[in-house]
Amino acid sequence: MANEVCLRTLHLDRPWLLSSYESEGGYEALRKILTEKISQETIIETVKTSGLRGRGGAGFPTGLKWSFINRSAPGEKYIVCNSDEGEPGTFKDRDILRYNPHALIEGMIIAGYAIGGTAGYNYIRGEFWEPYERFEAALQEARDAGLLGENILGSGFSFDIHAHLGGGAYVCGEETALLESIEGKKGQPRFKPPFPAMFGLYGRPTIINNTESLASIPDIIRRGGEWFRDLGVENSGGSKLFSISGNINNPGVFEIPMGTPFSELLEMAGGMKDGYKLKAVIPGGSSAPVIPGEQMMELTMDYDSIASAGSMLGSGAVIVIDDRQCMVKLLDRISYFYYEESCGQCTPCREGTGWMHRVIHRIENGQGRPEDMDLLDDVTQRIMGRTICALGDAAAMPVAAFIKHYREEFQYHIDHKKCMVGGR
Amino acid sequence: MSLRCEPWARTDKREDKENLFSPEIRAEIDKWVAKYPAEWKQSAVMAALRIVQDDNGGYLTQELMDKVADYLDMPPIAVYEVATFYSMYELEKVGKHKICVCTNVSCMICGSENIVEHLEKRLGIKLGETTEDGKFTLKEVECLGACGGAPMFQIGKQYYENLTPELVDSILDSLEQDNGE
Repeated sequence: MANEVCLRTLHLDRPWLLSSYESEGGYEALRKILTEKISQETIIETVKTSGLRGRGGAGFPTGLKWSFINRSAPGEKYIVCNSDEGEPGTFKDRDILRYNPHALIEGMIIAGYAIGGTAGYNYIRGEFWEPYERFEAALQEARDAGLLGENILGSGFSFDIHAHLGGGAYVCGEETALLESIEGKKGQPRFKPPFPAMFGLYGRPTIINNTESLASIPDIIRRGGEWFRDLGVENSGGSKLFSISGNINNPGVFEIPMGTPFSELLEMAGGMKDGYKLKAVIPGGSSAPVIPGEQMMELTMDYDSIASAGSMLGSGAVIVIDDRQCMVKLLDRISYFYYEESCGQCTPCREGTGWMHRVIHRIENGQGRPEDMDLLDDVTQRIMGRTICALGDAAAMPVAAFIKHYREEFQYHIDHKKCMVGGR
Repeated sequence: MSLRCEPWARTDKREDKENLFSPEIRAEIDKWVAKYPAEWKQSAVMAALRIVQDDNGGYLTQELMDKVADYLDMPPIAVYEVATFYSMYELEKVGKHKICVCTNVSCMICGSENIVEHLEKRLGIKLGETTEDGKFTLKEVECLGACGGAPMFQIGKQYYENLTPELVDSILDSLEQDNGE
């Protein structure tokens, strides 16, 4: 029960080709919708039934999001795909773009049809050159086959998709920053409301979904919302791509049912490398609160189970931390990332990420002060919930969680000017 | 509250746009302009900056940014904002090969420090510097989304994954031997 949805062409020779995709039922959903003239309501209801939740990290129900748009409003309406994969630990959308770009294209066309859309943009991070070229080639194949563009398959429905390349900015993964970026501006998030469904790209109604969410759509339509939902567990429908990395034997992307025990995922990924022990796991990308290894071994990979341990499934990026690692040093690097990537718009995030990084950095380097732990607690509290977008929370959450679970390592650094782990 | 979403306005639009760039560069930029609504030419600014940067040996100058502004009917300041916001644009001269090393958390766990150390030793420069012969620039970057192949770096458009010091040597050897364009 692996690679059933987004990666279902992976076993084929050149999985990214249209012929490979079609041999696995590709574009059947679109053909069915257009020939049987399935209504927009029916499609949206099917997506709601499937239990699909936003795979970029927020976990918002996709069908519900689609229903927010005023489908009968005149003028342009856009589908925007978020392939700005940048949350540290996440590398799944890259594989969809490289190995099954047509699933994304078909998903975007169906989404466009369902909301009365006129065009789609796929925002691919600028460093992803190879995935970008694959995606462009797939778009061309689809256009040549009459599956994309004017009057698709003679149905009268027209929809075209364009790729947009980013320029290196984590914050553009935030949906409104992404829209600003497509509009040729700095990627600084917008205030919400208005939400993109009312006022999105170029001020037009817009739906923004993650690559994996959209690539899951064709199979949901083809095989039914219930089929997809029943792959997973309550509140976490379907299967999901997990990017697992760290000191393990076989890191990579695994598409497995929601609710799979973490211990099984770790086994699929070859287990711990070189005999080191599992110390901790960051279960959903670097902003997800860290979970101690023993506790993680009891959890399953779905929204509710991970939330019960005070963390989040996020993008499904599982970072495995072994017992050689110093938690202070890891947090030093993570906090630097958010400091570096803060867009600078909101004071609590712009200043707070710098404060957190400087304090953690001095603790790591043996210059911590007795009051630093309280100072960190204070700064995280002052960032959380006080910024326009979630980057502030994303920066503060890991700090709070590392300190909660590994306070003694930080305290040791401060008291002894050196590390508990590995005698550094 | 009234909501507005309008492109940048430029009153002194340049008419002789064909004099700004070579026909090849213009054709490449125009391909991107065609993807967006006609009044939103500025949506192509990121692509245009990348295209002229690549054509200029990997970095931007103010003159190039001004030309992009003229070409897309944007105020120059709006182009500077974009060029300084995104990390892939270089505002100072870089080496022929820009090595972008990821040191973020997954790469760190898998030994990116050793890779950085090896690169610094072999090239005789620190992160953020360029070799005297102008061949290599070493740049620390944030997560490039290839954590399954950690440690990794990017040179040009290519990702190199599962790096070891030996692999790094063979990659750099082949780049050093490659004297052509």
